[in-house]
Amino acid sequence: MFACIFVPNFPVAAVFRAEPELRARAVAIFEGTPPLEKVFAVNESATRVGITPGMAKAQAELCSELTLRPRSLLQESVTHAALLDCAQSFSPCVEDAAADMALVDLEGMESLFGSLLKIAHSLFRRAADLGLDANVAVASNPDVAQLAARGFTGVTVIPSGQEAESLGSLPVEVLFAGWDENKDREGKKKEEGQREKSADLLATLERWGIRNLRALAALPEIALSERLGQDGLRLQQLARGAASRTLVPVEAPAVFEEAIELEYPIVLLEPLAFLLNRLLDQVCARLAARALNTQELRLTLALQNLAGVDPQLETFGIPSESDALHNEAHAPARHFISGRQSQFCRTLRLPLPMLDAKLFLKLLQLDLNAHPPGAPIQKIHLAAEPARPRSAQGCLFLPPSPEPEKLELTLARIAGLVGEPRVGSVELLDTHRAEGFRMRRFTPEAALKIDCQKAAEGKSAIAALRLFRPLLRATVTLENGELARVVCLKKKEVQGNVLWKTGPWRSSGDWWEREAWARDEWDIALQNADSVALYRLVHDLLGGSWFVEGTYD
Amino acid sequence: MSSAVVSTSAAQGRPFVFVEEDAGVCPQPSGAELCAEGRPPQRAFLTSVFSSSKDARLAGVTSASQLAVRPAPEMVSSGVAAMDALTGGLPRGCLTEICGPASSGRTTLLLAALAAATGRGECSVLVDASDSLDPQSAAAAGVDLDRLLWVRCGENSPEKSLEQLLRATDLLLESGGFGLIALDLGDLPEQAARRIPLTTWFRFRRAVEHTPTVLLAVERQSIAGSCSSLLVKLGLVKLGVMRMGESGNRANETSMDSQFALPTHAQLLTELEITAELVRSRLDRKPVRSAEITFASKTAWAG
Repeated sequence: MFACIFVPNFPVAAVFRAEPELRARAVAIFEGTPPLEKVFAVNESATRVGITPGMAKAQAELCSELTLRPRSLLQESVTHAALLDCAQSFSPCVEDAAADMALVDLEGMESLFGSLLKIAHSLFRRAADLGLDANVAVASNPDVAQLAARGFTGVTVIPSGQEAESLGSLPVEVLFAGWDENKDREGKKKEEGQREKSADLLATLERWGIRNLRALAALPEIALSERLGQDGLRLQQLARGAASRTLVPVEAPAVFEEAIELEYPIVLLEPLAFLLNRLLDQVCARLAARALNTQELRLTLALQNLAGVDPQLETFGIPSESDALHNEAHAPARHFISGRQSQFCRTLRLPLPMLDAKLFLKLLQLDLNAHPPGAPIQKIHLAAEPARPRSAQGCLFLPPSPEPEKLELTLARIAGLVGEPRVGSVELLDTHRAEGFRMRRFTPEAALKIDCQKAAEGKSAIAALRLFRPLLRATVTLENGELARVVCLKKKEVQGNVLWKTGPWRSSGDWWEREAWARDEWDIALQNADSVALYRLVHDLLGGSWFVEGTYD
Repeated sequence: MSSAVVSTSAAQGRPFVFVEEDAGVCPQPSGAELCAEGRPPQRAFLTSVFSSSKDARLAGVTSASQLAVRPAPEMVSSGVAAMDALTGGLPRGCLTEICGPASSGRTTLLLAALAAATGRGECSVLVDASDSLDPQSAAAAGVDLDRLLWVRCGENSPEKSLEQLLRATDLLLESGGFGLIALDLGDLPEQAARRIPLTTWFRFRRAVEHTPTVLLAVERQSIAGSCSSLLVKLGLVKLGVMRMGESGNRANETSMDSQFALPTHAQLLTELEITAELVRSRLDRKPVRSAEITFASKTAWAG
């Protein structure tokens, strides 16, 4: 058995999927180059007010109740991808029949999903969840399913052997509906000869008084073939439901993208969040339909270039290169300018595969608050990199660890508080230079050392150094070449006579680099107001300055 | 039979049987007479009947009238054996304060606690108000840096740092799942640290209650008041210095005041001897007597 999912009036359906609030209004889609734009598709409400395809846009604009939208091939593309996702969530054998249609092989699905009627309703519901107002038909061969989906609204199940009877009431135009709309991916129409041929056949059938498929099926085959040739016979086979063919399954690329073009550019982040929420819901629904999660989200905003200057690469919102190296979690914002628009890109990399639209929205909001686009937004494009869901087995005896979703949100909030480079875990670098470390993303899952170190029983504690950042510049008084007194102006308690000292301990490095360093270190004890404190004093041999680096605490 | 005996037996869950001493004198107790507020017949005796096995099972059950006693929190190692002996470790679900002046061993104890927590496989957080952590010292102390989340507050103004520290702590406590959250206020000026209202500490304490998280605050002076369950005060006693003798032999000199005849580069700081005083512990019912211990912390190069 085969199922067909057909989305009628596909260009309008694509717009409704992006803007559901337009469903109750009269909507017309136009295309073409100004000023010769023409209405391309209308919904039922627009038809009632007298708008028809082919009408000039200027003429349609006279209707005050009408909402006009430009045709968006991008939106139609993502809607088509959602249609394929819906079909592939039920069966791996799916044929990409047309931009508005998908055929599904239901062989063996009854044991998984139930009866054919149940499967049909499930397909219908899944399509509705993805924002598609589709017709679903189930029949014993793909062509019958296709005709039934085009001709009947809602859910239709045609039992095997009743194809001719079920299709009999459909008008003959349904046989030719697929010919006109059967375009390739780039929307190019088939040759004009094919269109003329179908128009001729239809005209001939109308002249003969053949209005529905029952009448066509009842015609004598030999007489039909003498007058209309093989095309006529083929049409009769379709009308009888006797045509048979195999599906040509396609492996749809796992591309999960959603986009929306805005009629008016938006300036504030709040309405942007509203639109992002919608796009994220759609992307997550499509991922869920394929039992996938995502580990990377790419947000691309097309901005209105208000300055009108020559195109050049801007660095708005880009952290420093060292920060970008230090922080692997977020790629720097990129601005590309072409023509009157520039693009603003942000990439959100997650530590684990996740699928939580609300969490993604929150993370994107925090990221955009920290790195605002800086210009009105005209188009939003969101792409999710699919990943297999993580599998984790719980255990009673594992130490507590934060939930990945909560942790990610907490880290994003703290990064907004203290700055992205100032939160994370530490990675020591292979150098003796001071501050020889870098910050990186905190991923507790990366700590794979499961065996616990032994407790510190019987092991003495290690004296720690507490650093001053930045280093405290010190004024050092020498007596007979020995350290006598140290004064730090910026920190009043770090000053006094040197009671005790040890050193110097010399270290240097990177002499072959521009950032060579050389220093002498002393451990000194100073008398504070109420106690004695130990400090590390550093003499920069290249610059000649003295610093108090930290306290032994 | 007294009502107190009835209520005690009911609280302990023991079935009881009324036995009449003289059936001819005392009337049979009716249901109304056996209610909690009613008075039973005066000559009826209460006899509790239970088996010896039930006795053993009920031995650990606390009666409802004694449920005011809170269970003791779970204690975990602080990373220093002497500290564990003094305090019993660090309590989960409670606020612990470690205070002392500079060079009193606060950071040593902080890193030891972080090393112990990360060594147990727990994720830990250090909210650093002054951005003063030395990663080399942390690694030498045994801290698993992959499991340590470091939040570097350190703005130019102490007020801004404090605000960042408090807000970050709120977020981390709300997130949960960490074994140890350490707040390093050691280098903040005392005036700034004292500005933290007690309600904030109370909020922190309530947030961490009934969770397995140890909340540890390191500061110069105690500022959390009664919100902290454990307060330890540290101080520096003396230094351990290794020096090279004239004959080339190494000798340990433990007094800072002694006059060294050798040049300074022939001496090496090897040890800090730290004293720790348990000032307050709310973990036991009986008030703690101030206890003091001394422990040594070696420098990383001392071996």
